[in-house]
Amino acid sequence: MTHPTTAVPVAAPKNGRETSLEQQRLRAAFWFLAPMLLMLFCVAAWPLMRSIWFSFTDTSLTDLHGGKWVGFDNYLSYRQLSSGRVIWRGTLVDPAWWNAVWNTVKFAVVSVSLETMFGLVVALVLNARFAGRGLVRAAILIPWAIPTIVSAKMWGWMLNDQFGIINDILLNLGLISEKIAWAANLDTAMAAVILVDVWKTTPFMALLCLAGLQMVPGDIYEAARIDGIHPVKVFFRVTLPLIRPALMVAVIFRMLDALRMFDLVYVLTPNSAATKTMSIISRENLIEFDKFAYGSAQSSLLFAIIAIFVALYIWLGKVDLGGEKSK
Amino acid sequence: MAHIQLHDVRKSYGAVDVIKGIDLEIQKGEFMVFVGPSGCGKSTLLRLISGLSSITSGDMLFDGERVNNRVPSDRGIAMVFQSYALYPHMNVYDNMAFGMKLAKAGKEETRARVEKAAEMLQIGHLLDRLPKQLSGGQRQRVAIGRAIVRDPRVFLFDEPLSNLDAALRVATRLEIAKLHHDMNNVTMVYVTHDQVEAMTLADRICVLRDGKVEQVGTPAELYERPNSTFVAGFIGSPTMNFLEGRFADSYRCNTLGVRPEHLDLSETDPVWTGEVVHAEDLGSDSFLFVDVGAKQPLVVRQGGHQVIPYGQRVGVRPREGHLYRFDAQGLPCN
Repeated sequence: MTHPTTAVPVAAPKNGRETSLEQQRLRAAFWFLAPMLLMLFCVAAWPLMRSIWFSFTDTSLTDLHGGKWVGFDNYLSYRQLSSGRVIWRGTLVDPAWWNAVWNTVKFAVVSVSLETMFGLVVALVLNARFAGRGLVRAAILIPWAIPTIVSAKMWGWMLNDQFGIINDILLNLGLISEKIAWAANLDTAMAAVILVDVWKTTPFMALLCLAGLQMVPGDIYEAARIDGIHPVKVFFRVTLPLIRPALMVAVIFRMLDALRMFDLVYVLTPNSAATKTMSIISRENLIEFDKFAYGSAQSSLLFAIIAIFVALYIWLGKVDLGGEKSK
Repeated sequence: MAHIQLHDVRKSYGAVDVIKGIDLEIQKGEFMVFVGPSGCGKSTLLRLISGLSSITSGDMLFDGERVNNRVPSDRGIAMVFQSYALYPHMNVYDNMAFGMKLAKAGKEETRARVEKAAEMLQIGHLLDRLPKQLSGGQRQRVAIGRAIVRDPRVFLFDEPLSNLDAALRVATRLEIAKLHHDMNNVTMVYVTHDQVEAMTLADRICVLRDGKVEQVGTPAELYERPNSTFVAGFIGSPTMNFLEGRFADSYRCNTLGVRPEHLDLSETDPVWTGEVVHAEDLGSDSFLFVDVGAKQPLVVRQGGHQVIPYGQRVGVRPREGHLYRFDAQGLPCN
């Protein structure tokens, strides 16, 4: 005040004061994240927990709050008959469920493998310099931009046994002798679904691969040319190892998508045992068969299978999702 | 070891001519430096020699043999890139051995060659590391090592020091000079925009300007007898002072050039007088900027510390025999 020079001992800063900047930063970070965490809780965590809860009850669609706890009965239970015979019940011994699991895995592995391969080829082409590259890059995205329902219906007509253009072309070329019901036939339904999925999703894969390719510095290709290394070897020894991280992430995205495949199968091959996926069958039980709790158990299993699969993939493939290596 | 000849070499990208007819001979074992401002075509010319780009017309001969259509790996060249161009996923050993490995060379021979190169460059202890674990200087040495392993007859350097900091640049420059001394049977072609690198490394310098050769000669020749104002201004640091108008008229030329180191302060017998407008003291030398009424202040180099206050009038006198006279075309007057 009047004696600004009066020596007032300066209080030693407390520890709390010293870290206050850090605390402020953490607090700010929390408030920035809070809306998203709340949203994620509402749309992801809460429904997931509800489904898992339902799977341990005998809830029915008509009375969502009246379910009673039944333990693991929806997954697996057994009853011993008076004759001494044991009858197993539950999703885990349901042949329809295991058929769906097998269908889903088959679909996911085959379609994602093909998409990765074709996507990489397309990306390599798009990465090269040629006239009209911008136009081709945009055009190739069209299949991906079309809503699945629309492309499924469109392919449904093209694959139609009576009026489909594909049968017409194959007949005219003499490759088949009679019209084939591609989507309805048990032998070809899965192939049809995979075909459409590959057609639709290859552009997405190509885009992710292209992003990876563009991260590879161009000068190392020149160094390889001076070293006299064959382009094919350059691809396998230089390009592929360098885009592997991007490729692994792309594959995991697609795998997550493919394992929960629903819309394309639902529209293109409804009710075909050859293509029913886990999502399809759990929806059937949840809504159509009024076995709500049973369907919930299948949904929970689907979640568990995907979670285990992804964890294994990240662990075995040493996928660097956190970006630690590139630091 | 190769004797490189370029006969009327031209390169155009579409309608744009980048290299406009270059005739040049590079002797066996010579260290040739291409120098020039950015966009002069020096890097393009190096890429033409390497074969990474193809020449539009003209002839390129290695030891008398036409190599116009030879791919880079068949020319017996090795190249060190500005950005190092190391394979990021391979360790130092694999980076250096990659070419030999895929050429199906023997394991023993590959190891011997890599280790010898590593020893030359003192990177033997780094062979297991990945490029990202190395400093810029170490990366550049690995890139040079990879080039040595190829056992080339022509060594090409594309601005290899540009990405290094000033201290490392000097140290690496020394190593490249030593490398040239040790591998004196290998022809080296080196591109830079830095005239100090050119002066210190080159056996001969080729000054390029706008896709053409401006002058070729030893560093001393270029310094002492530049055959244009462009070369005179490009070689030497600080750059040569150019005086025009009345200053040049009294010497019967269009442009008068005089290097800062050839100017002395003279109180008794000045040729030009003016105010000191700025001074740079580098410790060993001082550069005085004297405004004598010309377009640019005259830069005068003085040994040691020169404490002259700004605004003081001084007299300047050029040394006899060190004046460069150029005509209106920028060519030397006789």
